[in-house]
Amino acid sequence: METKLPPASTPTSPSSPGLSPVPPPDKVDGFSRRSLRRARPRRSHSSSQFRYQSNQQELTPLPLLKDVPASELHDLLSRKLAQCGVMFDFLDCVADLKGKEVKRAALNELVECVGSTRGVLIEPVYPDIIRMISVNIFRTLPPSENPEFDPEEDEPNLEPSWPHLQLVYEFFLRFLESPDFQPSVAKRYVDQKFVLMLLELFDSEDPREREYLKTILHRVYGKFLGLRAYIRKQCSHIFLRFIYELEHFNGVAELLEILGSIINGFALPLKTEHKQFLVRVLIPLHSVKSLSVFHAQLAYCVVQFLEKDATLTEHVIRGLLKYWPKTCTQKEVMFLGEMEEILDVIEPSQFVKIQEPLFKQVARCVSSPHFQVAERALYFWNNEYILSLIEDNCHTVLPAVFGTLYQVSKEHWNQTIVSLIYNVLKTFMEMNGKLFDELTASYKLEKQQEQQKARERQELWQGLEELRLRRLQGTQGAKEAPLQRLTPQVAASGGQS
Amino acid sequence: MAGAAGPGIGPGAAGGDGDDSLYPIAVLIDELRNEDVQLRLNSIKKLSTIALALGVERTRTELLPFLTDTIYDEDEVLLALAEQLGNFTGLVGGPDFAHCLLPPLESLATVEETVVRDKAVESLRQISQEHTPVALEAHFVPLVKRLASGDWFTSRTSACGLFSVCYPRASNALKAEIRQCFRSLCTDDTPMVRRAAASKLGEFAKVLELDSVKSEIVPLFTNLASDEQDSVRLLAVEACVSIAQLLSQDDLEALVMPTLRQAAEDKSWRVRYMVADKFSELQKAVGPKITLSDLIPAFQNLLKDCEAEVRAAAAHKVKELCENLPIEGRETIIMNQILPYIKELVSDTNQHVKSALASVIMGLSTILGKENTIEHLLPLFLAQLKDECPEVRLNIISNLDCVNEVIGIRQLSQSLLPAIVELAEDAKWRVRLAIIEYMPLLAGQLGVEFFDEKLNSLCMAWLVDHVYAIREAATSNLMKLVQKFGTEWAQNTIVPKVLVMANDPNYLHRMTTLFCINALSEACGQEITTKQMLPIVLKMAGDQVANVRFNVAKSLQKIGPILDTEALQEEVKPVLQKLGQDEDMDVKYFAQEAISGTCVSAARKYQRHTCPTRNGRTSAFFPKAETNTPGLKKEHKQKIKKVPHILHFLLNEIFTSRSSHQSLFRGAWFTK
Repeated sequence: METKLPPASTPTSPSSPGLSPVPPPDKVDGFSRRSLRRARPRRSHSSSQFRYQSNQQELTPLPLLKDVPASELHDLLSRKLAQCGVMFDFLDCVADLKGKEVKRAALNELVECVGSTRGVLIEPVYPDIIRMISVNIFRTLPPSENPEFDPEEDEPNLEPSWPHLQLVYEFFLRFLESPDFQPSVAKRYVDQKFVLMLLELFDSEDPREREYLKTILHRVYGKFLGLRAYIRKQCSHIFLRFIYELEHFNGVAELLEILGSIINGFALPLKTEHKQFLVRVLIPLHSVKSLSVFHAQLAYCVVQFLEKDATLTEHVIRGLLKYWPKTCTQKEVMFLGEMEEILDVIEPSQFVKIQEPLFKQVARCVSSPHFQVAERALYFWNNEYILSLIEDNCHTVLPAVFGTLYQVSKEHWNQTIVSLIYNVLKTFMEMNGKLFDELTASYKLEKQQEQQKARERQELWQGLEELRLRRLQGTQGAKEAPLQRLTPQVAASGGQS
Repeated sequence: MAGAAGPGIGPGAAGGDGDDSLYPIAVLIDELRNEDVQLRLNSIKKLSTIALALGVERTRTELLPFLTDTIYDEDEVLLALAEQLGNFTGLVGGPDFAHCLLPPLESLATVEETVVRDKAVESLRQISQEHTPVALEAHFVPLVKRLASGDWFTSRTSACGLFSVCYPRASNALKAEIRQCFRSLCTDDTPMVRRAAASKLGEFAKVLELDSVKSEIVPLFTNLASDEQDSVRLLAVEACVSIAQLLSQDDLEALVMPTLRQAAEDKSWRVRYMVADKFSELQKAVGPKITLSDLIPAFQNLLKDCEAEVRAAAAHKVKELCENLPIEGRETIIMNQILPYIKELVSDTNQHVKSALASVIMGLSTILGKENTIEHLLPLFLAQLKDECPEVRLNIISNLDCVNEVIGIRQLSQSLLPAIVELAEDAKWRVRLAIIEYMPLLAGQLGVEFFDEKLNSLCMAWLVDHVYAIREAATSNLMKLVQKFGTEWAQNTIVPKVLVMANDPNYLHRMTTLFCINALSEACGQEITTKQMLPIVLKMAGDQVANVRFNVAKSLQKIGPILDTEALQEEVKPVLQKLGQDEDMDVKYFAQEAISGTCVSAARKYQRHTCPTRNGRTSAFFPKAETNTPGLKKEHKQKIKKVPHILHFLLNEIFTSRSSHQSLFRGAWFTK
């Protein structure tokens, strides 16, 4: 809706008509001529915005802002802003070059002006500024050329209109950062709807655009107190959709980066809303396939939370254990890295609460046939703080990992892993020789018991299966009177229990 | 067994009791609680077995409470549980007790993981039908209301899927409440919930009274269709189809059309795509009058949309749209209002758009008739046959039969041939594969003369393609051609060329001869097989490459049923026996398989059948169960029997890899 031209675009081009040939309006849609120009059609990229423009008028350069007397400055400024609200087709790189240049020069001048000149930002220009920005940046992002776009492997599609778009973003940023900027005036125009559309742009494939958006959203969050809760809520909606519906959103890392600094500023004690965000949004974010793209930012957010409030540790660690990757070793290594970051800041009282499930998982990682996973897990023992925690809780940790370590030390294919495990076992031996000996002695017995149990289990299920078959045959035989057959049984079994 | 259990209900039940005591609930619950996820999963998947062992009452009083209380597990386990519970009604004592299943499913419906939630909703929908009306009001509807007012979005999204199953059977007072609940979900603060509600809007509208549809559903629909998020708006388009079916023409025009028009011009391409994608359904739902006044102009816009995705989706619907137009005046509408846009799409810049169009455009010829096809469509077909994108050409060729019915294929043959030749030599083997599959069809339509003249050489060239999949397809293509053109044609044109390849220096080509013989022998019949093919196969038994030799054994096994006893005994048997003594163990294995499997030994047993008929290949005359193979111990054979699956796979690997070190490749798996 904001992508439409401002209705009153009269000052767009004050030039007298007929000065130069006006391009026929139908040429504005450059789509049909695209592939003729393009050597690589796969890389083509489009914006949906030109649909909404016809009757484009010719732009003519206006006088420079610095050349006019102060009394005419604001009038000229709003004419320039209107000029910058005219959109150009960048898919056709030769279309209307002159107009493009006029707009580029005007944008440049605006950037310069808002950044350096004091007293330009008076109340009446705010709506013009916001309108110009909205017209330029708010657009429906085009469909991705590559449906299986992998941010790590593939080249992103760059925004073709970047020469203008960059200047608009730069202008927006300087506008927000200007010492004259008044949030109390701007909040009439930068409202929830504006923020929502801004957030949607984070899905842009162009990293340059997302970088600008990140800084801008951060400024908006800082300056507009009334929009903070709304921004956080919409971010969590984006994340939830990303986790549970789409698995595709390009700007997750950028949003998390902003959130990292937002979390940093949370007041203590933490509100329930924030805790819920951690447990129900940030932790499930770990389950997403493309975790590697934003893991660093995500781990930072999580650790920020734990530094604020240590009592959240148990929730976080249990959550991570729940979402622990089953088949993706690359993600497993990331989880181990994050876990170590968490353990670095963990309080001993919290460690006690999660040590058993945690170290069972660590043991499973050690037994991973992928040596990088095993290696990453074994590096925990090189961390002095973790080692001291283990030592303090040797009686719980050692039994949790002993069996696996012992077995893997005999079986692992990779020599580095085997020697790392020997070191760990040696550390344990030195830590608590007595317990170590006991566990070694009981290891064989436990193995035998396990086998015994497996056998019993098999017998149990076999028995159940036979029983089921018998019952099924029974019901088939007694189809005539199924109730009669069921009733005595129910009575009998009920009595037993 | 059944007979014993049938009359004696008493003893049967007593036996059951004895068994019950063997399985106290604690043991079973231990299994469900096992530390190992895999074991837990196994136990959950056999939950019905456990329930059966416990009996209905203990399932209700002990098992279900346990399951309800301990729902915090791996999603995979929860998924299995949600699925199981949908079929549990019988195990808790039938419809009267179906509501016992609601508590665990309610918890599952609030879980974070979408897959689990969806499955829980599916199961809930299933058991809702098994509820008595009283139980539905007392238990099920309150559950829906609880879910709909849950504080996390997961329970509210799950609730959306349950309204339509409980509404029809609820009392009037309750119905009003249910509608109220649904209304509030449509305006939920969380977009996830609004999306869920929008996607169930159509389904819910169908079970509502018409008045309520007009007074309540339509405003909700209008609201959702102008939602701030395009992901919600596009779901409203889907709902539009169901709602439109329920309303009269006047109501439709007043209540739905403004919204639909707006959707067709939405600023988000996703919404416009949805309109294009659902176009046929929309067309049927709104009826012919509105189609002409509104949908056709909208469709024209979609066909020239600025996003290729939208144009492609619209292009896909061209044929269906035209087909569903009212027959009276159809031709004029298509010629004047649709065809001009189609003409432009033929030279679209996006290949997906062009290939979408190519996949349906041929269908227009039956609608427009002979003259229009020749005058207007034919130039388009010809242009598309020359398109730079192979997919477009393929789509045209694959739909040739539609045109054939109307104007005959001859009109096209001049352009067809270069297109076929080019596709036949395309660098991508999948393209080559696709064109091979249309060969039999083309051959049938073009006739034998044209085929011999132009296409035969292509078919033979494929036999020596460097990709195995192509050679394989080429062999079965030959078989289909023989079925079409008859054995005489085969004998004159195909068979000699195939047999010449038996002397090729490349062992892969020699094997192709064998594969061709496997495929052709049945279609060619006994005489050609015995006189022309058999000698070549037998000669190849002396090949120096082991792969060829064991394929000889396989071929002999394959063509055995077609040969007469005399040939089997005199010629095949000695060769197989010789191969059975081969130094290569695979050759030995397949030779012995061939001897035991079908022909020779069986022929000895069933000598009275002098000439097995063509289709009496195995079972009747040569039972496969024949296992008395001398020289192979039983255990040994059983072990070997498992091999062929892997073998086929590996052989494929070997053939496609074109290695000249075949024996090395074969060695790898067998020594393992």
